[in-house]
Amino acid sequence: MRVALFIPCYIDQFYPQVGRATLALLERLGCEVVYPLGQTCCGQPMANAGCERDALQTYHHFVKTFSDFPYIVSPSGSCVYHVRQHYDVIDQTAVVQAIRARTLELSEFLIDVLGIQAIPGARYPHRVGIHASCHGLRGLRLGPSSELRGSQPPSGIHRLLEQVADIEIVTLDRSDECCGFGGTFAVSEASVSVKMGADRLADHLRNGVEVVTASDMSCLMHLEGIIRRRNYPLRVAHYAEILNTTGV
Amino acid sequence: MNQHATKAKAFIQDEARTNWHDEALWFIRAKRDQATALVAEWEALRELASGIKDHVLGNLDQYLEQFSERAIANGVQVHWARDAREHNQIVLGILQQTNATRLVKSKSMLTEECGLSDYLVENGVSVVDTDLGERIIQLREEPPSHIVLPAIHLKKEEVGELFHEHLGTPAGLSDPTQLTEAARHHLRDHLVGCDAALTGVNFAIAETGGVVVCTNEGNADMGVHSAPVQIHCMGIEKIIPRAQDLGIFIRVLARSATGQPSTVYTAHHHRPRPGTQMHIVIVDNGRTEQLGRPDFRNSLKCIRCGACMNTCPIYRRSGGHSYGTTVPGPIGSILTPGFDLKQHADLPFASTLCGSCSDVCPVKINIHEQLYQWRQAVVEAGLADPAKVQTLNLSGAILAKPWWYRITGRLARLALRWAPRWLVYNRWNTWGQDRELPPAPRESFQDWYRKKHKA
Ligand code: SF4
Repeated sequence: MRVALFIPCYIDQFYPQVGRATLALLERLGCEVVYPLGQTCCGQPMANAGCERDALQTYHHFVKTFSDFPYIVSPSGSCVYHVRQHYDVIDQTAVVQAIRARTLELSEFLIDVLGIQAIPGARYPHRVGIHASCHGLRGLRLGPSSELRGSQPPSGIHRLLEQVADIEIVTLDRSDECCGFGGTFAVSEASVSVKMGADRLADHLRNGVEVVTASDMSCLMHLEGIIRRRNYPLRVAHYAEILNTTGV
Repeated sequence: MNQHATKAKAFIQDEARTNWHDEALWFIRAKRDQATALVAEWEALRELASGIKDHVLGNLDQYLEQFSERAIANGVQVHWARDAREHNQIVLGILQQTNATRLVKSKSMLTEECGLSDYLVENGVSVVDTDLGERIIQLREEPPSHIVLPAIHLKKEEVGELFHEHLGTPAGLSDPTQLTEAARHHLRDHLVGCDAALTGVNFAIAETGGVVVCTNEGNADMGVHSAPVQIHCMGIEKIIPRAQDLGIFIRVLARSATGQPSTVYTAHHHRPRPGTQMHIVIVDNGRTEQLGRPDFRNSLKCIRCGACMNTCPIYRRSGGHSYGTTVPGPIGSILTPGFDLKQHADLPFASTLCGSCSDVCPVKINIHEQLYQWRQAVVEAGLADPAKVQTLNLSGAILAKPWWYRITGRLARLALRWAPRWLVYNRWNTWGQDRELPPAPRESFQDWYRKKHKA
């Protein structure tokens, strides 16, 4: 299967290991992965701050970069959500429509397209807390939202992680509260943002988590910033890094 | 200036109190979760409630006419107010005509919105709020911090002190049952001797011309039943088409608000008792304007359950007063910019767009999407911080050009790696005040990938 890899700007710049893990994981599962070199960003940083107009050229650039692929896969629920939800403001050509339909968050691609239920060989002997990143959760519906009623299966990320050898997934007191990152919110409302992050981490600490994982590195960047400043006994890792481990 | 951020920062200074506030509201959210889990058709009810409200908003003119015709036929006097000023004048007019000087009032966010109490007091009317929470904040001379639980920001000890000062309860008394009992006696005196009673309206039924008022304490009903003049004030969006639709809204309202199956009292007022007067004041005050904004019109579906406040992780940690609006929290942040965008330009940004509000909302208002749209409106109107807009302008330009993007990224990482700590963590680095910056690796993913594929 031929797929294009989209590595969002902040992962590219600050967390290249997450990009490498995603690439390796897809290749390990037999995909022919192309990483289009001209790629930059989905435009979300501008648009969420109210500057959608400044994001438009980035949208067009994204469309141009990824127009030739059956699937565009990214280890970021937030950026995928942005492409799917907010690219409605540009001309809805066939290409744009196809891109919006086929830009998938990594776990969606693994489960819905590849039909994978477990990563053979993955092993991660740690107590892991899953932070349910909001845009993936309530935007892409990657997992159950605590507000909704009726039967909702566990998230694909949870199901895939569960199959990793020797992992222990920890149940948190609040299953899907926001970490407080929120893009420019992290800076414009820094006090509330840090308080939210610290409260989330307190939940992980209370429940004996060693590693906090998520579908969005942006949440983890914010949480890691607090962890390091306060010297909490916690680490962060994108779930792609966990799935891409070996050892069995 | 970002007023919400400033006030929120002040609120958070007292961390123990912030935690207490967060837990108190989360407890209510948890009760809501339990109550709604018992209703198998919960999501279907939300869908129905939302659909009915959509339908009403699309046919509001007809339903309002129908409602007013039926109400008049029932012997009710119907008044129309274009804005807050007209609303206040109408209420004062009714009171003056009936020589009423002592008014009891029961929770109505609309009269808060219109500033009715102050206006009436200035004009010689005594106004007593009869809901316990409302009375507490009235005695404290402050606005409500929540639309269902107006005094949720106060601890029982603070209420005890307040009652000691105003109602003469023993110093140091903070037992909620005893305080409530004291308030009950105090309020009863006002209720018995009142000349007129005013309430808000939860639902106005077009088909019957009647209004429905949902409360837990029953004081609203006691006021209405003891006064010779009853006044009900409602926004134009309170309409539902038929009496049979009420079942859906009653089922979702209290469960969403407090986790109760229904409010303790659901009073239906259709006509004046013999020898008394019943008035209904129907208020626009900016609502038709909001109705005319396609992106924001469905904010008018709100049934004021407060669930979006209880669930909002920002509201819980910043308190209702940080919003500086009558209706605080997520719904307030999409309603209030419609009244005065300039004054409230910061509110659409007082959110992480986590979407919890939209999922909890019993009438399925897409609150977080509207916050996103209001952000665009704020920037378009030139009301955002120019420095921020310039930065994002530049970011947009850089991110559309792969070459610029790579160079900028490389330089930024280089700077972060080599600059001394005091320089990076300067006082303009808001991120770094309480957080470390992310690591700045030597090589971006793209650099690594290029190298690997050249090799
Ligand atoms: S917006 Fe929805 S959740 Fe919020 S108060 Fe209104 S009805 Fe309740």
